Amino acid sequence: MADIFDAYALADAWDEMFERPGEVRTAYEPVLAALQPIEPSELRFRADQMARAFTDRGVTYAFAGEERPWPLDLVPRILDALEWDLIQRGVGQRVRALEAYLADAYGPARAFEDGVVPWRLLLNSPHFHRAAHGVEPPGGVRIHVAGIDLVRDEAGDFRVLEDNVRVPSGVSYVIENRRAMTRIFPSLFAEQHVLPVDGYAQRLLAALRAAAPDGTDDPRVVVLTPGPNNAAYFEHALLARLMGVQLVEGHDLVCRNNRVWMRTTRGEVPVHVVYRRLDDDFLDPLHFRPDSVIGCPGIMGAAMAGTVTLANAVGNGIADDKLLYTYVPDLIRYYLGEEPILPNVESYRPDEPGQLEAVLDQIEQLVIKPVDGAGGQGIVIGPKADRDTIERTRKAVIADPRGFIAQRPVALSTSPTLAGEHMAPRHIDLRPFAVNDGNDVWVLPGGLTRVALQEGNLIVNSSQGGGSKDTWVLAEGPTESPAPLSAGDPLAVAPRQLGPDGTPTVVQEGAQQQ
Amino acid sequence: MNDVILSRIAEALTWTGRYVERADATGRILDAYLHRMLEDPWRDEDVACRSLYAILGMDAGGRPVDMQQVLDQLAFDARSTGSIEGALGAARLNARSAREAVSSEMWECLNSTWHALADQRLAARRTGPYAYLELVRRRAALFFGLADSTMSRDDSWRFVVLGRSLERVDMTVRLLSVRVLDAAHAPDWPTLLSASGADEAYARVYSGFGDTPRVAEFLLLDRDFPRSALHALTTAEECLTALGRPRQDPARRPIGRMRTRLEYLDTHALEDQLPLLLQDLQQACIASADAVADRFFPYQGPVEWAQEGA
Repeated sequence: MADIFDAYALADAWDEMFERPGEVRTAYEPVLAALQPIEPSELRFRADQMARAFTDRGVTYAFAGEERPWPLDLVPRILDALEWDLIQRGVGQRVRALEAYLADAYGPARAFEDGVVPWRLLLNSPHFHRAAHGVEPPGGVRIHVAGIDLVRDEAGDFRVLEDNVRVPSGVSYVIENRRAMTRIFPSLFAEQHVLPVDGYAQRLLAALRAAAPDGTDDPRVVVLTPGPNNAAYFEHALLARLMGVQLVEGHDLVCRNNRVWMRTTRGEVPVHVVYRRLDDDFLDPLHFRPDSVIGCPGIMGAAMAGTVTLANAVGNGIADDKLLYTYVPDLIRYYLGEEPILPNVESYRPDEPGQLEAVLDQIEQLVIKPVDGAGGQGIVIGPKADRDTIERTRKAVIADPRGFIAQRPVALSTSPTLAGEHMAPRHIDLRPFAVNDGNDVWVLPGGLTRVALQEGNLIVNSSQGGGSKDTWVLAEGPTESPAPLSAGDPLAVAPRQLGPDGTPTVVQEGAQQQ
Repeated sequence: MNDVILSRIAEALTWTGRYVERADATGRILDAYLHRMLEDPWRDEDVACRSLYAILGMDAGGRPVDMQQVLDQLAFDARSTGSIEGALGAARLNARSAREAVSSEMWECLNSTWHALADQRLAARRTGPYAYLELVRRRAALFFGLADSTMSRDDSWRFVVLGRSLERVDMTVRLLSVRVLDAAHAPDWPTLLSASGADEAYARVYSGFGDTPRVAEFLLLDRDFPRSALHALTTAEECLTALGRPRQDPARRPIGRMRTRLEYLDTHALEDQLPLLLQDLQQACIASADAVADRFFPYQGPVEWAQEGA
């Protein structure tokens, strides 16, 4: 029988499913056993069904000007309990350190005085907003939601690729991926113990409510979106719907006397927490870009006056600047007194004495990233770039050393992915999502696994044609069963009432008993 | 003249409404349960399946139960009106026997649904029941939507809506009963809410989740949510008022009593009262349905054909 894994040739990287050719890792055994007997045509059928379901539900993204169904691969990515424990602790640690850095940078600035981080890193950053200086957020939380991008290197170790603490997106796809997989592929789940992901909205809402200004009894939370034309609008709407809160656009809000109100059919209603999915620059034309029409004039004043909480806080960009990234291990040691649980990818800082030359010397072997790039834009992978690109990059780095970092290229781990009629290894990364309610950093079990759908490609962003995988975290042990609501006598549920079945009430001749 | 309606037609219309609602609610419950079972890493399939049987008032038998058996018996069994296929089959036959009273669009909807089920049942064996359950949900919505937009608001329409409302109360009560009955068998609150199609509505009202008494309060007492017991009771009462004598209607009385009891219930005491309340709700629906049958469609014995020469 043709086997969809027959043609599977391991790439030059850590493979998630196979230890060696033909030798499957323990965690993947049940999945392989479930997938192997399936005919390619059957897999195609399910993939098509899934695409149709995504299109119907509006789970789409724009690619080359076209609305395409969200690309979910049928093979899940699996993390066992030990791996997850490491990731969860590492992500939590990272978020705590970045919180401490933000509080410090917008406050006493100890780390700069102590020489852990150079002053110029802060003062040169386009994301450093004076407006955020001196704003003390409720509970001290500035990073309510974080997405920390991880990759697995050739040795199988997880490394942090970048931190996203402004408006990390993608969590809706984690929720939708799971929903689709359990519905299209129930058999895959039958023998697995996978941690559920449906608690996210609940956690997020609890964290947002906890972030309300002091003295607010019943805080009103809203999600602020740039509007339906935004690529992540689906996510904004999903989160608002799951949390049961209003999805507002800038012109639905009005600011008066340093308070934020929203316009409703019952008049203006006060708003206490804004989960904004808008970049700083567009948030408030009075403070940032005066030409922005999607923000809300005055909202920054209200945040500074402490009558409204913006989540995530304004000015967080100084903490996910890619140059700051290179300092995060030091920040973990400095603020938390701990060793980093998850290492960085080895990186160079061209703006430091001596390092620029080192970078230029081996530029063909390095990955060059602009410090404020998003969505994989502007990244140059030295070993794969042509001469012209290398030269252009060299000039760009010389002209603006502060604008770039350089990293050792990591051959991201691969995972079997449906390519046409068979499985092929494709590079993947992982974005776990953390929610911080001020007491606790909670990490959603799993996260978004993105796949580079083209062979050998290392860039996984969906805006660059990447796909995704459902990410399973295998459970360790059972939780407690819920307490009974009532300890009274067991109730009898009544049998069904039955009506006529609609057949004519005629007893047929011959069947009649005398 | 259209000011009277045959007892037989009235009965068929009531049960058409009931059976379509039953198929819809059963589909929602199965969908929420099966989904939850897949998503819950610590599920015990047998226990969860048994709670499904308990909700739907059917016998699970002595042997361990798995999802396939659940689907075979609660979704695909054409012989039992407690299953989706049986309920839709019965709804179709009832609507056929009342074809002059229902609009042709309604009849076509049920008929084409019945024919579409077979394909989806086969597909469900390959890829799981999701598409099947979704079809049921959509067609039920289509059916009631057509009833709303193509039937005059006359007595025929009222019988359809009455049947739907009584069944709705019954289904909501069944869902909650199992939560009260036995925690080990019980679905969690999010499952209960999504099985009633109420998860998003609940989130909007409470901006929060999973708080035990509040979920029960919502499913029983919310005035605005169409699947809450109170809303369905109110609708049933309105139909009965329009259909019957203004006072001392034995069909309306149990419903009206329960409705007022729910309206003025002290919600702080809800948790303690819940077991008794659910029992009374179910009894009220049964009593009302029986009284409706007595009053509007007195039982006619089967027509017996005397055999020649006997």
